[in-house]
Amino acid sequence: MMTANPMATRLEGPAPEVEVTKDMLRRGVIVAPVLVAVCSAIWGGRGAASSAFAVALVVFNFAVSAGIVSWTSRISLGLLMGSVLFGYLIRLGIIFLAVYLVHKAQWVSLPALGTGLVVTHLGLLVWEMRYVAMSLAHPGLKPKRP
Amino acid sequence: MEAVSRLIMQATETGAADATAAKKANAAIGAGFAYGIAAIGPGIGIGYLVGKSVEAMARQPESAGMVRTTMFLGIAFTEALALIGFVVFILIGL
Repeated sequence: MMTANPMATRLEGPAPEVEVTKDMLRRGVIVAPVLVAVCSAIWGGRGAASSAFAVALVVFNFAVSAGIVSWTSRISLGLLMGSVLFGYLIRLGIIFLAVYLVHKAQWVSLPALGTGLVVTHLGLLVWEMRYVAMSLAHPGLKPKRP
Repeated sequence: MEAVSRLIMQATETGAADATAAKKANAAIGAGFAYGIAAIGPGIGIGYLVGKSVEAMARQPESAGMVRTTMFLGIAFTEALALIGFVVFILIGL
Protein backbone atom coordinates (compact mmCIF):
# COMPACT_ATOMS: atom_id res chain seq x y z
CA MET A 1 0.00 0.00 0.00
CA MET A 2 1.36 3.44 -0.97
CA THR A 3 1.64 6.05 1.74
CA ALA A 4 2.71 9.68 1.47
CA ASN A 5 6.07 10.62 2.91
CA PRO A 6 5.39 12.16 6.36
CA MET A 7 8.49 14.35 6.01
CA ALA A 8 7.13 15.98 2.87
CA THR A 9 3.42 15.98 3.77
CA ARG A 10 1.97 19.12 5.29
CA LEU A 11 -1.54 19.97 6.35
CA GLU A 12 -3.25 23.07 5.04
CA GLY A 13 -6.59 24.35 6.23
CA PRO A 14 -8.15 25.06 9.61
CA ALA A 15 -6.45 23.97 12.83
CA PRO A 16 -8.95 22.00 14.97
CA GLU A 17 -6.66 21.99 18.03
CA VAL A 18 -6.79 25.79 18.15
CA GLU A 19 -10.59 25.62 18.21
CA VAL A 20 -10.44 22.98 20.95
CA THR A 21 -8.10 25.21 22.99
CA LYS A 22 -10.34 28.26 22.51
CA ASP A 23 -13.26 26.16 23.82
CA MET A 24 -11.17 25.10 26.80
CA LEU A 25 -10.19 28.72 27.47
CA ARG A 26 -13.88 29.72 27.49
CA ARG A 27 -14.63 26.84 29.85
CA GLY A 28 -11.63 27.78 31.98
CA VAL A 29 -13.16 31.23 32.48
CA ILE A 30 -16.35 29.54 33.70
CA VAL A 31 -14.54 27.00 35.91
CA ALA A 32 -11.93 29.33 37.46
CA PRO A 33 -14.24 31.24 39.86
CA VAL A 34 -15.75 27.98 41.13
CA LEU A 35 -12.33 26.41 41.73
CA VAL A 36 -11.01 29.59 43.36
CA ALA A 37 -14.05 29.72 45.66
CA VAL A 38 -13.68 26.06 46.67
CA CYS A 39 -9.90 26.40 47.29
CA SER A 40 -10.48 29.63 49.18
CA ALA A 41 -13.00 27.86 51.43
CA ILE A 42 -10.49 25.07 52.16
CA TRP A 43 -7.09 26.86 52.20
CA GLY A 44 -8.07 30.52 52.59
CA GLY A 45 -6.65 33.43 50.58
CA ARG A 46 -3.44 31.56 49.72
CA GLY A 47 -5.53 28.71 48.31
CA ALA A 48 -7.52 31.12 46.16
CA ALA A 49 -4.39 32.74 44.71
CA SER A 50 -2.70 29.38 44.15
CA SER A 51 -5.70 27.87 42.37
CA ALA A 52 -6.00 30.92 40.10
CA PHE A 53 -2.30 30.53 39.27
CA ALA A 54 -2.90 26.82 38.55
CA VAL A 55 -5.77 27.59 36.15
CA ALA A 56 -3.62 30.14 34.32
CA LEU A 57 -0.76 27.63 34.08
CA VAL A 58 -3.00 24.88 32.68
CA VAL A 59 -4.61 27.17 30.09
CA PHE A 60 -1.15 28.45 29.06
CA ASN A 61 0.05 24.85 28.72
CA PHE A 62 -2.90 23.96 26.43
CA ALA A 63 -2.37 27.10 24.36
CA VAL A 64 1.34 26.40 23.83
CA SER A 65 0.60 22.77 22.95
CA ALA A 66 -2.05 23.77 20.37
CA GLY A 67 0.22 26.48 18.97
CA ILE A 68 3.05 23.97 18.43
CA VAL A 69 0.76 21.45 16.70
CA SER A 70 -0.94 24.00 14.41
CA TRP A 71 2.32 25.77 13.50
CA THR A 72 4.38 22.66 12.72
CA SER A 73 1.62 20.77 10.88
CA ARG A 74 1.69 23.53 8.25
CA ILE A 75 5.41 22.84 7.69
CA SER A 76 5.75 19.04 7.81
CA LEU A 77 4.34 16.04 9.65
CA GLY A 78 7.87 14.95 10.57
CA LEU A 79 8.46 18.28 12.26
CA LEU A 80 5.10 17.90 14.02
CA MET A 81 6.26 14.59 15.50
CA GLY A 82 9.57 15.98 16.74
CA SER A 83 8.21 19.23 18.06
CA VAL A 84 5.38 17.56 19.99
CA LEU A 85 7.91 15.31 21.75
CA PHE A 86 10.36 18.10 22.53
CA GLY A 87 7.44 20.40 23.27
CA TYR A 88 6.32 17.94 25.95
CA LEU A 89 9.71 18.19 27.64
CA ILE A 90 9.85 21.97 27.30
CA ARG A 91 6.30 22.45 28.61
CA LEU A 92 7.02 20.23 31.63
CA GLY A 93 10.14 22.32 32.20
CA ILE A 94 8.15 25.57 31.98
CA ILE A 95 5.58 24.28 34.50
CA PHE A 96 8.38 23.17 36.84
CA LEU A 97 10.09 26.54 36.53
CA ALA A 98 6.87 28.49 37.09
CA VAL A 99 6.07 26.50 40.23
CA TYR A 100 9.67 26.52 41.47
CA LEU A 101 9.90 30.31 41.17
CA VAL A 102 6.80 30.90 43.29
CA HIS A 103 6.86 27.95 45.71
CA LYS A 104 8.30 30.00 48.58
CA ALA A 105 6.11 33.05 47.99
CA GLN A 106 3.76 34.17 50.75
CA TRP A 107 0.62 33.72 48.64
CA VAL A 108 1.31 30.12 47.57
CA SER A 109 -0.24 27.04 49.13
CA LEU A 110 1.34 23.97 47.52
CA PRO A 111 -1.57 21.55 48.19
CA ALA A 112 -3.98 24.06 46.60
CA LEU A 113 -1.64 24.59 43.65
CA GLY A 114 -1.27 20.83 43.08
CA THR A 115 -4.98 20.17 43.39
CA GLY A 116 -5.75 23.09 41.09
CA LEU A 117 -3.34 21.83 38.43
CA VAL A 118 -4.72 18.28 38.30
CA VAL A 119 -8.41 19.17 38.70
CA THR A 120 -8.33 21.95 36.08
CA HIS A 121 -6.35 19.91 33.56
CA LEU A 122 -8.55 16.82 33.84
CA GLY A 123 -11.80 18.75 34.29
CA LEU A 124 -11.32 20.91 31.18
CA LEU A 125 -10.26 17.88 29.15
CA VAL A 126 -13.22 15.73 30.15
CA TRP A 127 -15.62 18.62 29.48
CA GLU A 128 -14.09 19.27 26.07
CA MET A 129 -13.98 15.56 25.23
CA ARG A 130 -17.70 15.32 25.83
CA TYR A 131 -18.28 18.08 23.26
CA VAL A 132 -15.81 16.57 20.75
CA ALA A 133 -17.24 13.06 21.16
CA MET A 134 -20.75 14.37 20.51
CA SER A 135 -19.71 16.35 17.44
CA LEU A 136 -17.62 13.46 16.00
CA ALA A 137 -20.29 10.81 16.63
CA HIS A 138 -23.17 12.97 15.40
CA PRO A 139 -21.80 15.59 12.97
CA GLY A 140 -25.31 16.88 12.24
CA LEU A 141 -26.08 17.46 15.90
CA LYS A 142 -23.79 20.50 16.31
CA PRO A 143 -23.70 20.63 20.13
CA LYS A 144 -23.76 24.12 21.62
CA ARG A 145 -20.40 25.79 22.42
CA PRO A 146 -19.98 27.31 25.89
CA MET B 1 30.51 14.46 85.38
CA GLU B 2 29.13 17.75 84.15
CA ALA B 3 31.43 17.65 81.11
CA VAL B 4 30.24 14.15 80.24
CA SER B 5 26.57 15.11 80.43
CA ARG B 6 27.29 18.19 78.27
CA LEU B 7 28.98 15.93 75.70
CA ILE B 8 26.01 13.54 75.69
CA MET B 9 23.59 16.46 75.18
CA GLN B 10 25.67 17.81 72.30
CA ALA B 11 25.79 14.37 70.67
CA THR B 12 22.01 13.99 70.99
CA GLU B 13 21.40 17.41 69.41
CA THR B 14 23.78 16.68 66.53
CA GLY B 15 22.15 13.29 66.00
CA ALA B 16 18.68 14.84 65.85
CA ALA B 17 19.87 17.47 63.36
CA ASP B 18 21.51 14.74 61.25
CA ALA B 19 18.31 12.67 61.28
CA THR B 20 16.23 15.67 60.16
CA ALA B 21 18.69 16.48 57.39
CA ALA B 22 18.77 12.84 56.27
CA LYS B 23 14.97 12.71 56.23
CA LYS B 24 14.85 15.88 54.14
CA ALA B 25 17.48 14.57 51.72
CA ASN B 26 15.67 11.23 51.36
CA ALA B 27 12.39 13.05 50.65
CA ALA B 28 14.09 15.16 47.96
CA ILE B 29 15.66 12.08 46.33
CA GLY B 30 12.32 10.22 46.44
CA ALA B 31 10.50 13.19 44.95
CA GLY B 32 13.06 13.48 42.15
CA PHE B 33 12.64 9.79 41.30
CA ALA B 34 8.83 10.11 41.45
CA TYR B 35 8.84 13.00 38.96
CA GLY B 36 11.43 11.42 36.66
CA ILE B 37 9.75 8.03 36.50
CA ALA B 38 6.31 9.63 36.15
CA ALA B 39 7.54 11.58 33.11
CA ILE B 40 8.94 8.50 31.28
CA GLY B 41 5.59 6.74 30.76
CA PRO B 42 3.77 9.73 29.24
CA GLY B 43 6.84 10.42 27.07
CA ILE B 44 6.60 6.92 25.58
CA GLY B 45 2.82 7.26 25.29
CA ILE B 46 2.96 10.61 23.49
CA GLY B 47 5.64 9.32 21.13
CA TYR B 48 3.53 6.31 20.20
CA LEU B 49 0.33 8.35 19.92
CA VAL B 50 1.81 11.07 17.70
CA GLY B 51 3.71 8.54 15.59
CA LYS B 52 0.54 6.63 14.79
CA SER B 53 -1.40 9.86 14.19
CA VAL B 54 1.25 11.11 11.74
CA GLU B 55 1.08 7.76 9.95
CA ALA B 56 -2.73 8.03 9.75
CA MET B 57 -2.59 11.63 8.46
CA ALA B 58 0.00 10.69 5.83
CA ARG B 59 -2.17 7.78 4.63
CA GLN B 60 -5.45 9.70 4.68
CA PRO B 61 -4.96 13.48 4.61
CA GLU B 62 -8.73 13.97 4.14
CA SER B 63 -9.35 12.71 7.70
CA ALA B 64 -6.53 14.80 9.18
CA GLY B 65 -8.93 17.15 11.02
CA MET B 66 -10.51 14.34 13.01
CA VAL B 67 -7.15 12.68 13.67
CA ARG B 68 -5.61 15.96 14.86
CA THR B 69 -8.49 16.65 17.24
CA THR B 70 -8.31 13.22 18.86
CA MET B 71 -4.49 13.35 18.84
CA PHE B 72 -4.49 16.68 20.67
CA LEU B 73 -6.90 15.41 23.32
CA GLY B 74 -4.87 12.19 23.62
CA ILE B 75 -1.67 14.15 24.18
CA ALA B 76 -3.36 16.22 26.88
CA PHE B 77 -4.78 13.14 28.63
CA THR B 78 -1.41 11.38 28.53
CA GLU B 79 0.25 14.51 29.88
CA ALA B 80 -2.11 14.44 32.86
CA LEU B 81 -0.11 11.45 34.16
CA ALA B 82 3.09 13.49 34.13
CA LEU B 83 1.23 16.35 35.81
CA ILE B 84 0.07 14.04 38.60
CA GLY B 85 3.70 12.93 39.07
CA PHE B 86 4.71 16.58 39.19
CA VAL B 87 2.10 17.34 41.84
CA VAL B 88 3.42 14.44 43.96
CA PHE B 89 6.91 15.92 43.48
CA ILE B 90 5.91 19.40 44.64
CA LEU B 91 4.04 18.02 47.63
CA ILE B 92 6.93 15.80 48.78
CA GLY B 93 10.02 17.54 47.53
CA LEU B 94 9.55 21.31 47.39
